Amino acid sequence: MLKQTVSLAAASLLMLGAAQAQAASGGRDYISIVGSSTVYPFSTAVAEQFGKTTAFKTPKIESTGSGGGFKLFCAGSGVDTPDISNASRRIKKSEVENCEKNGVKEIVEIKVGYDGIVLANSKKADQLKLSRKDLYLALAKEVPNPDDPTKFVANPYKTWKEVNAELPDIKIEMLGPPPTSGTRDAFIEMVMEPGCSEFDSIKALEKNDKDKHKATCQTIREDGAYIDAGENDNLIVQKLEANPKAVGIFGFSFLDQNVDKLQGSVIEGSAPVFDSIASGDYKVSRPLFIYVKKAHAGVIPGINEFLAEFTSEAAWGEEGYLAEKGLIPAPKAERKENAQTAKDLKALVLE
Amino acid sequence: MNPELSTSTTAQVLRSLPKRYGKERRFRLLGLCAIVLTMLFLIVLLGTIFLKGWTAFQQTHIRLDVYFDPVRLDVKNLTNANYGALVRDSMQRMFPDVEGRSNRLQLNRLMSSGAAFALQDMVISSPEIIGTTRSLWLPADDEVDMLIKGHTPRDVPEAMRRLSDQQLVWIHTLVEDGRLEKQFNGAFFRNGDSREPELAGVRGAIMGSFYTLMVTLMLSFPIGVAAAVYLEEFAPKNTFTDLIEVNINNLAAIPSIIFGLLGLAVFLNFFGLPRSSSIVGGLVLTLMTLPTIIIASRASLKAVPPSIREAALGIGASKMQMILHHVLPLALPGMLTGTIIGMAQALGETAPLLMIGMVAFIVDVPQGMQDPATVLPVQIYLWADSPERGFIERTSAAIMVLLTVLLIMNATAVYLRNRFERRW
Repeated sequence: MLKQTVSLAAASLLMLGAAQAQAASGGRDYISIVGSSTVYPFSTAVAEQFGKTTAFKTPKIESTGSGGGFKLFCAGSGVDTPDISNASRRIKKSEVENCEKNGVKEIVEIKVGYDGIVLANSKKADQLKLSRKDLYLALAKEVPNPDDPTKFVANPYKTWKEVNAELPDIKIEMLGPPPTSGTRDAFIEMVMEPGCSEFDSIKALEKNDKDKHKATCQTIREDGAYIDAGENDNLIVQKLEANPKAVGIFGFSFLDQNVDKLQGSVIEGSAPVFDSIASGDYKVSRPLFIYVKKAHAGVIPGINEFLAEFTSEAAWGEEGYLAEKGLIPAPKAERKENAQTAKDLKALVLE
Repeated sequence: MNPELSTSTTAQVLRSLPKRYGKERRFRLLGLCAIVLTMLFLIVLLGTIFLKGWTAFQQTHIRLDVYFDPVRLDVKNLTNANYGALVRDSMQRMFPDVEGRSNRLQLNRLMSSGAAFALQDMVISSPEIIGTTRSLWLPADDEVDMLIKGHTPRDVPEAMRRLSDQQLVWIHTLVEDGRLEKQFNGAFFRNGDSREPELAGVRGAIMGSFYTLMVTLMLSFPIGVAAAVYLEEFAPKNTFTDLIEVNINNLAAIPSIIFGLLGLAVFLNFFGLPRSSSIVGGLVLTLMTLPTIIIASRASLKAVPPSIREAALGIGASKMQMILHHVLPLALPGMLTGTIIGMAQALGETAPLLMIGMVAFIVDVPQGMQDPATVLPVQIYLWADSPERGFIERTSAAIMVLLTVLLIMNATAVYLRNRFERRW
């Protein structure tokens, strides 16, 4: 027994040594991708197709969130850093500066398509027809006092009917992503802020007290009407099914996969269906990006070919396999422009 | 003592007896209730997993008569040939009256994109089949699979389904012709991860778990045993060793994500080992399991009776001989049990692996410890988060695989203990 133990220990030490030697000398022969969990399902689909139809290895994709992705991406240039970062928002100026500081000079930005954020409830209940103003009133922590709009009070609305007399008389119960989620940021930016701008008293705040304006427009109520349902959207779908009174917030692909159980709420007169999101009638949608390190193209095998696959019509076109996965294709002209950027590896210049 | 008093004591005892028996009965009943309740929870948990997951071990296949058309397959360039076209041609021959681009698109969506890859593998491994027609069972799309298994409803309006009325008619025809049936899902055990539920498998995750655990075992077992032997047999008892002991016990209770952060800082950033590889995963899990193994090993060393040590020393064995020849063999079963429990814990861990990039989409099955890899619990987590409905059953199936591996490991622990344990 003991001899075995000793030989095991020796073998493991040897292997460790060998491993380090290899790691130090060898490059990487697969593409490494990090970033947004929203882009992850699309990026992985392209990676799989790419791996199976070309002689290159399948890229490795980590779901780290957009911010976490940029942190890894901008850590430096070299084979031990990622080649591509997925993002559900545009790269920030501070992130570009951080990249440059660490030697990542040229970044290629490709807009791959759009993602719709939907509100949905169970098919057992009635479909909701909401405006962004309704949603702001239903979800904000502080709202203008209904009697005196210049004063702000803690959100008094308990039912949808109180928010807007045309809505059904059911309790407000919203299941949505936690504050760390990019989906929630996008929801606040695209629903809450336009909703709150419809009040003159809040508009006035914007000029006088910027912090107060931000807090009023961006803070979601914490009295139990909005429930953090975690990052797992499948869980929200299950909860909506069990509780027909609740409304959930999540990405379009989850609504698309569950059309037999859920219905999307109409927002500002347009329902979250593929065509209306693609045409821009449905307001709550955001662009999705991938960022590529130009210096890695040619060093890591397959980057150009991977971008070609991603930007091909068979992938991101109207009938492509990404649309099947729930990606909303960009308009044709935008696709053409971005495909050209990907082909030329034109570096991003921020104004 | 006078007899009267003693009878009154007896009477007192006799009076209190029913009450005491009652107390004991209630106590036993409470214990039984606890057991029944836990069993009930376990049955509900395993039951739901099994009910949701067992269907994943079957996959709907469609029988196609594929003509390996020499026009489409250029012998010199077999890797880049259009294999999807072979599948589409076969579908077209089966339903010749389907016309129009969108109708054909719908028809072809019944087949999985994996069908073309399967043909590709066949042609490349044996090019002589070009020019022949073969009748093959190829995987159907996950939507078809879900419909056949009853996970998506048929009898609802078309707008509430992902399959159109026309597609349902075609599926019906295929079933009537005996061209569509559920078969054993071998791909689930053969393939790595995939974004298509019908092609996704646990092979990559199993191999990743295997390599990771090998590294963990090879490092943590010898180091843990050596540390335990030193602390138990050689180390002087002073404040310093007390401090070490307290620290080891504390380390065993530290949240595992801390070890992940440490791994990120030390193994990735300082030593520059490859991110997402099973070797780094194994190193991090080694740190996590070491305290468990050391504590278990020390306990089993303590359990060896002092008489054994004294007898060995008494007949002239050196301290090292005493330990190597007598104490260690007797303590080994306990050490192995501790190690396997530590390994089982490591097998179920995801949090520390998040920090070192093992929570990732990896299609290629890892071939060694350097390759990017993921492990079984991470695979379960990733699938649980996927929108496609087919992944719900696959998540449960992967949990069943993980539980089976755990069961085997724990059974090994019990077997080893019974086989080598000495009682005195």
